[in-house]
Amino acid sequence: MSDDTLTIEIDGKPCSARPGQMIIEVTDAEDVYVPRFCYHRKLSIAANCRMCLVEVENVPKPLPACATPVADGMKVRTRSALAVAAQKATMEFLLINHPLDCPICDQGGECELQDLAMGYGQDVSRYNEGKRVVRDKNLGPLVSTDMTRCIHCTRCVRFGQEIAGIQELGTVGRGETTEIGTFIERSIDHELSGNIIDLCPVGALNSKPFRYRARSWEMAQIETIAAHDCVGSNLYAHVRRGRLMRVVPRPNDEVNETWISDRDRFSYEGIYSDDRLLRPMVRDGDEWHETDWSTALETAARGLQQAIAQAGPQGLGVLTSPSATLEEHFLAAQIARGLGTDNIDHRLMRTDFSDEKRDPVSPGLGMSLDDFASCDAVLMVGSDLRKEAPILAHRLRQVATGGGRVGFVDSEHRNLLFPVMAQAIHPSARLAEGLEKLLEATRESHTAAGADDVHSSLAEMLKTGSRTAIVLGLRAASHPEFGRLRTLAGRLAAATGSTLGYVTHGANSAGAAMVGALPHRRAGGDAVAGKGSNALQMLTHPLAAYLLHGFEPEWDTAAGDTALATLANAGFVTVLTPYLTDAMRSYGHVLLPAGTFAETGGTFVNVEGRWQSFTGVASPVGESRPAWKILRVLAGLLGLEGLEYDDIAGLRAAIETVTGHPATEDAPDWQDSPAGLDPEDTVVPLTTLYGCDAIVRRAAALQATGEAGRAPCREVSA
Amino acid sequence: MSDPAREEPAVLPEHVREELDRWIPQFPEGRQRSAIIAGLRAAQHENDGFLTPQLMDAVADYLDLPPIQVYEVATFYSMFETRPVGRHSVSVCTNVACMLRGAEKIVAHIEQRLGIKTGQSTSDGRIFLKQEEECLAACCGAPMMMVDHKYFENLTLQDVDEILDGLE
Ligand code: SF4
Ligand code: FES
Ligand code: FES
Repeated sequence: MSDDTLTIEIDGKPCSARPGQMIIEVTDAEDVYVPRFCYHRKLSIAANCRMCLVEVENVPKPLPACATPVADGMKVRTRSALAVAAQKATMEFLLINHPLDCPICDQGGECELQDLAMGYGQDVSRYNEGKRVVRDKNLGPLVSTDMTRCIHCTRCVRFGQEIAGIQELGTVGRGETTEIGTFIERSIDHELSGNIIDLCPVGALNSKPFRYRARSWEMAQIETIAAHDCVGSNLYAHVRRGRLMRVVPRPNDEVNETWISDRDRFSYEGIYSDDRLLRPMVRDGDEWHETDWSTALETAARGLQQAIAQAGPQGLGVLTSPSATLEEHFLAAQIARGLGTDNIDHRLMRTDFSDEKRDPVSPGLGMSLDDFASCDAVLMVGSDLRKEAPILAHRLRQVATGGGRVGFVDSEHRNLLFPVMAQAIHPSARLAEGLEKLLEATRESHTAAGADDVHSSLAEMLKTGSRTAIVLGLRAASHPEFGRLRTLAGRLAAATGSTLGYVTHGANSAGAAMVGALPHRRAGGDAVAGKGSNALQMLTHPLAAYLLHGFEPEWDTAAGDTALATLANAGFVTVLTPYLTDAMRSYGHVLLPAGTFAETGGTFVNVEGRWQSFTGVASPVGESRPAWKILRVLAGLLGLEGLEYDDIAGLRAAIETVTGHPATEDAPDWQDSPAGLDPEDTVVPLTTLYGCDAIVRRAAALQATGEAGRAPCREVSA
Repeated sequence: MSDPAREEPAVLPEHVREELDRWIPQFPEGRQRSAIIAGLRAAQHENDGFLTPQLMDAVADYLDLPPIQVYEVATFYSMFETRPVGRHSVSVCTNVACMLRGAEKIVAHIEQRLGIKTGQSTSDGRIFLKQEEECLAACCGAPMMMVDHKYFENLTLQDVDEILDGLE
């Protein structure tokens, strides 16, 4: 084979192909459909279902298109008599033991077996024998099983081995007694496990929370973006009569490929939690009343204005969730600054702000996810990545499985389910020492004594790779010495030619920072002359009035319970929230029902700096309204001008003008060493997989998994 | 891979570990999965003829494999028992040659004498009447049966009784 292309003929048409490709890859690229069950472009080739048999000239038997490499001059016939007879025979075999219970199967209408049986099946079966029955397995609260329907394609098994990195399902038994299962009953706990629902070509593995809720043809499919981590996985929302019924991945090879995390898949249950705030509420003394929107908004505006009249603009604090949209952050920041204060922040989990001037204008990886996945070496600092951003952890896995090297500086061993080069473990309070040692090791030659094996091999890893990254995780981001960690990581990056990046909180920290939801920066990144209070200060030292959007202080902030006490001491608190909690009743004065990400349009900027806009997919729950509209009307009532956007497109265009194309920033010089908080004295808030935000905490099925649990936030003194 | 639902894996008997240590280097580095059969065979032998989940987990741990990969092998091969069975494994061939020579009478006789059906074990844990075999390639000596690893051919009912009585 001379150069990089060769020519094959498919159904009489010449097509170019690359050496090593399988026939099915070429037919797929040419839009010639070859039926298949076991083949999946993101998994290894098993060639066990035989549905893809095609005829190849001069070969007496039909060949599986998924496992036959192309050769120059090969003539493939996908619809010849031989091919079709083989495909039909395979289908007949597959249906021998299949229950054909489509009318009661959730997969009905979107089932690969059903579709292909339409095309290749007989209308009458020649088999009168009894069919086998396979006992269902209990795989936990997320995935339902009807194993009699299984056709043994082993996609789910290969997913465990190759993508999740831990094989939980296997092929047990043999011959007619073969079953897919775990052998010993156990739930499947991996954070990407829900993907086997999509992979399963039949109705054997389905979504448990969605079981018997709707038929696929009753639902509309609407594009949206995941709202729980910094990846921003692309999703389809399946909506029936205005209600979000389920969420499935929308393939985007640059972002989430074909996968999504269980968190993004099952969080929608939280949207319909009983906790939803259905109407605006205002407090009158100790009494709460439901009221109409205009009364509530006027009460909010009046309360905020009165507080400012008494305490001055510095008496107001505005805090937004890092998972709020770009538009919401922008309006919240404009309101704060319009009212004369820089007390605006979204960095709710942060404890150390000592070197905030070094925060990038748009924090993130500093490279695309694809570039990240093809790094030669990645050093993760303080990151429980599988919990922080599961798809990013999968990308890191691609580094390791693709020949790159991965190392850690952390306070605990992390089980990432792939081979790790070295983990330098230091107690949380002395995490910085780990980086110091590593920095020292970069200065020494390999053989120099002094540096131990772990640190010197990590140093060597960073020095030798041509594309290398150092990434600060969420553990680092909320560490009491974040500034020091970042400075050391920055020096290390400079010394080794690595890119310094961040895993960021929530769905949109990058966007929030860009539009100035920060006390020290305006929209676009210009520094602010004065000094507003940061989130931790605002939540530990009471102000006269607060405007809060989209979070529960007791769970979602570094101040934890202290924040509740602080807010309770404020004169006037307005909360935009999808949920009503007892805590809000005790610290709030006006509660405005804001829609979740499913009920509003907006934009998230992900960890690559990718802007991803989405529209509202579901009808608002109760009287809730999109938060950007609430903020816009509130701004009007507060007498602020220039924010009268009629639609979200206009608002987004305005934001684009202000932020421009993010300027390439000069790397800080990393000279001075910031002093953070006392690490021995400060408790770092932890991010848990299913405690990460208010919606996820209310998603029943996720909360029923072994990974449930709310974030243990404990007191931090600022 | 800690999992609270899993019972602690057993400690493998020394002989099993020796077997595994002998087999692992026979395969290329990282392909220790190929040594599962050897490990299971030794483990079953040391455990009176059957495997427990704990033993299988221990083999998995020793080979640094997910337990399911060991379960897959153990359930695939009919030589492995994954539930408790009697110490001595007896199986009678009932394929054509043996059938023509009276194998079915032998099966009926054994079942009646031991008071168990094929697939069951005697309550004293002495004998496991494993299964009817489909030709063990000893047709010239039909009818035949296999006891543990040994073939007994040209059987009469009296031979069968003597063989069974001789099992400890
Ligand atoms: S359960 Fe589904 S994905 Fe798994 S082997 Fe069976 S048919 Fe394939
Ligand atoms: S798709 Fe080719 S054998 Fe299954
Ligand atoms: S038929 Fe019994 S050994 Fe061949």
